[in-house]
Amino acid sequence: MKGWMGKLRALFLLGLVALILSGCGRENLTALVPKGYGSESSMKLIILTTVIMSAVFVIVMIVYVIVLLRFRKKKGQENFIPKQVEGHKGLEAVWTIIPIILVIIMAVPTTLISFDLAKTNDQKDSINIDITGNQYWWHFDYKGEEIQTSQDLYIPVGKKVYLNMLSSDVTHSFWVPSISGKMDVNPDNTNTMYIQAYEEGVYWGKCAELCGPSHSLMDFKVIVVSEEEYEQWIADMKSVDPKAKPENSVAQEGQELFEANNCMACHAIGSSPIATGPNLTDFGNRTKLAGYVEPTKENLVEWIVNPEKIKPGNLMTGKYPAVNKEEAEKIAEYLLQLKPSEIGPESAGK
Amino acid sequence: MSIAATQKQGFGAVIWDYLTTVDHKKIAHLYTFGGGFFFILGGIEALIIRIQLIKPENDFVSAGFYNEVITMHGTTMIFLAAMPLLLGLMNAAVPLQIGARDVAFPFLNSLGFWLFMFGGILLNCSWFLGGAPDAGWTSYAPLSTTSPGHGVDFYVMGLQIAGAGTLIGGINFLVTIINMRAPGMTYMRMPLFTWATFVTSILILFAFPALTIGLFLLMFDRMFDSAFFDVTLGGNTIIWQHLFWIFGHPEVYILILPVFGLFSDIFSTFSKKRLFGYTAMVFATMLIAFLGFMVWAHHMFTVGLGPVANTIFSIATMAIAVPTGIKIFNWLATMWGGSITINSAMLWSLGFIPSFTVGGMTGVMVATVAADYQYHDTYFVIAHFHYVIVGGTVFGIFAGFHYWWPKMFGRILNETMGKIAFWTFFIGFHLTFFIQHFLGLMGMPRRYWVFLEDQNLDLGNFISTIGAFFMAIGVIVFFINAIYSQVKGEKAPADPWDGRTLEWSIPSPPPYYNFKQLPLTRGLDPLWVEKTEGNGKMTPAEPLGEIHMPNNSFIPFVMSLGLFIAGFGFIYQTDNNAWFIALFGGMAIALGAMIVRSVKDDLGYHISKEELEREADE
Repeated sequence: MKGWMGKLRALFLLGLVALILSGCGRENLTALVPKGYGSESSMKLIILTTVIMSAVFVIVMIVYVIVLLRFRKKKGQENFIPKQVEGHKGLEAVWTIIPIILVIIMAVPTTLISFDLAKTNDQKDSINIDITGNQYWWHFDYKGEEIQTSQDLYIPVGKKVYLNMLSSDVTHSFWVPSISGKMDVNPDNTNTMYIQAYEEGVYWGKCAELCGPSHSLMDFKVIVVSEEEYEQWIADMKSVDPKAKPENSVAQEGQELFEANNCMACHAIGSSPIATGPNLTDFGNRTKLAGYVEPTKENLVEWIVNPEKIKPGNLMTGKYPAVNKEEAEKIAEYLLQLKPSEIGPESAGK
Repeated sequence: MSIAATQKQGFGAVIWDYLTTVDHKKIAHLYTFGGGFFFILGGIEALIIRIQLIKPENDFVSAGFYNEVITMHGTTMIFLAAMPLLLGLMNAAVPLQIGARDVAFPFLNSLGFWLFMFGGILLNCSWFLGGAPDAGWTSYAPLSTTSPGHGVDFYVMGLQIAGAGTLIGGINFLVTIINMRAPGMTYMRMPLFTWATFVTSILILFAFPALTIGLFLLMFDRMFDSAFFDVTLGGNTIIWQHLFWIFGHPEVYILILPVFGLFSDIFSTFSKKRLFGYTAMVFATMLIAFLGFMVWAHHMFTVGLGPVANTIFSIATMAIAVPTGIKIFNWLATMWGGSITINSAMLWSLGFIPSFTVGGMTGVMVATVAADYQYHDTYFVIAHFHYVIVGGTVFGIFAGFHYWWPKMFGRILNETMGKIAFWTFFIGFHLTFFIQHFLGLMGMPRRYWVFLEDQNLDLGNFISTIGAFFMAIGVIVFFINAIYSQVKGEKAPADPWDGRTLEWSIPSPPPYYNFKQLPLTRGLDPLWVEKTEGNGKMTPAEPLGEIHMPNNSFIPFVMSLGLFIAGFGFIYQTDNNAWFIALFGGMAIALGAMIVRSVKDDLGYHISKEELEREADE
């Protein structure tokens, strides 16, 4: 009997653990498993307030249940008139003062953590990246390094990285739940926040402020690599030769088509101030196409031929003469071999 | 006139009567029908949202249409469903609760309703004229200023017209409650619902002008090429956010305070006890309203206001939990030691306590600034405010209708259907929204047309959609109940609930002049005071005499129609100057109606003493 109970209990515990694990969401996306300084700070407050508030809820529910069990109209007492109580000074004082104390308990750490997360005292000595939010993609400019890239943000593990964010069109919001809380990307003024990731990995980022039809497809990734890998990546990105001819002849034709269709009016390869469209320097290393599609050749061809189908309301549609499928395949061949660095998404966490 | 009103009328005459009525009880019906219609519309929009999100990367609706649906769901539910339904309840109950024959300005009351109705219709015309607004109900610039088409123009004009109606309604209730109280009805003897209406009206008076200004700026940016929100020309988009939330946060309390009031009345009535801590309840209401004006920036924690502003607004927001907590405990203490009857009105009220407490809990959690960096703009926030607005306001509206339906329509709503509606809606509500707290923290931002595969968000969204359908069933059952009761329902006596306040001292539905003789109030819960002293009915405060009544008027309808036409003129003059004809024509109609109203003496009419005596004999 005892063994049977023990087994049942083990099964129950196992189920509970599984439920909690799956209930916390996808690793490197969920805010419930913090892997950075900002998300960890927020999590402290989330836990504190949840515990206090749940206690309040439990107290309310205990009184509520007692009221419902004890004071319902009883059979045979239909004409019973309860005592008309005006109030009770002592009781009312209790449920005024205790909440005030609870608010103070929550207010102090809230204030400390908020000021801590807003610090910028070591910004000058840290890595600074200028981020531009665009409908519906992200532009990253590594300050002092002459490196521009899009969609995949490479940062070193454990280091504070300052993000200076501005929008080129409407308001966006930069959110990598596992690493840090969000901050709005306004067209008016540059907002600065820092992020610091504790573990290597590919983290999911989201736009959190409604910005148009493809708001939900404006995903990006933060790729956290070791410090050496980061240095390597910086060096590789800096030494890119934008005019380099690809080895493959199909890719060479693709490069010619890329130029003939004037793609580089919007899409720079290598360091360039052009940021009308995403910078394609390390396009072959991208985790996703258009922010959310698997980076296969077929998907890329479809993206080039009919962008509207993949990202409604995007600003690339109609900006270039119609490209047929064959041409698109050549361009895709060219773009997918743009891998200036050995350091890619696979490097993170290995 | 007065004789006509008592005779059986033809269908056309009934319609004409409603189009011209200035009687607060009929205006309450109009608000109920209008608000109910938009509530169904907003509900259908909600179901479209949930069907789209039933599975990852669904393609039930397109991305652009989805944004229109979410925008209209929020705008419709807040401005065109919740507020009008509350105004309907206020119109039905407040004049009766203070022992008045009508509101202070019956003409304005009618004007307020028609402005709301035409504003709402104008806004919804956008569906058929090239697409609804798609910048979210918050309409943040520059997304709203750059949104193509006329959708956002309809938002601006529709809300401007409907908002003017609400403002008029608020001022009317303020004046009514200050001036029209029956003899002996001092402020500290007013029922809590009347108190809540009073405080809510103050909120409307101070909050709506901020929206009006914001909408004017947006209108000029979109229609007359100004650049208040255009950064490239020196404008600033954050100003819109401030203006919107200076209105928007008090708006939350405009939605919740009236239901706090009516729950207070319901708990007290069905526990057969006076409200516990009446004075504290009144002052808690005022404190919530006062604090409600200084917390707007908690909607903007991630905008980058800096840690000083953020923490000040954060702590001010947490402070609101204190008066709200006082209310919850006072309600529990009201029921404690009472003799509780559980019927449909009480079920909705009892369902409110745990639901709203969860909403309040998460309210404190989202007020915690550095934690809000994670919650903000995610499904956690969606869950939070639906717990407050559905678990609070909508539960309250249902409770209020079950409670006052007999007084409004002379019939009692069916109890069995009432209970079915409550349980399906209650279960559906928690199924839909509880799981969304976790979806938000698991990384699902709000206003997402699709959520991607492989994010562990599938199950939560699926459960949420199932819940939404349960809520829909609950609403349908309630509407069937409302129609069924009108046809076959039990006729309501004057005082079906053993009530405590003045509205239960007169017949259901009340005669068009409400009180033959104004009642004398001798304490809090005046009818209860008379009952305990063995009188069972109110003592008149005046001898039977002539009653002065206002005439019906078609002018409010014409005035609102004029603004409705002018609205189209404003929207389309950007395409073609010919539309200036509609603009000026519509304005001329509205202005003409105002002039007619101003120069024409309309002194109303008197019901003679003999007539009143005759009616008493019948």
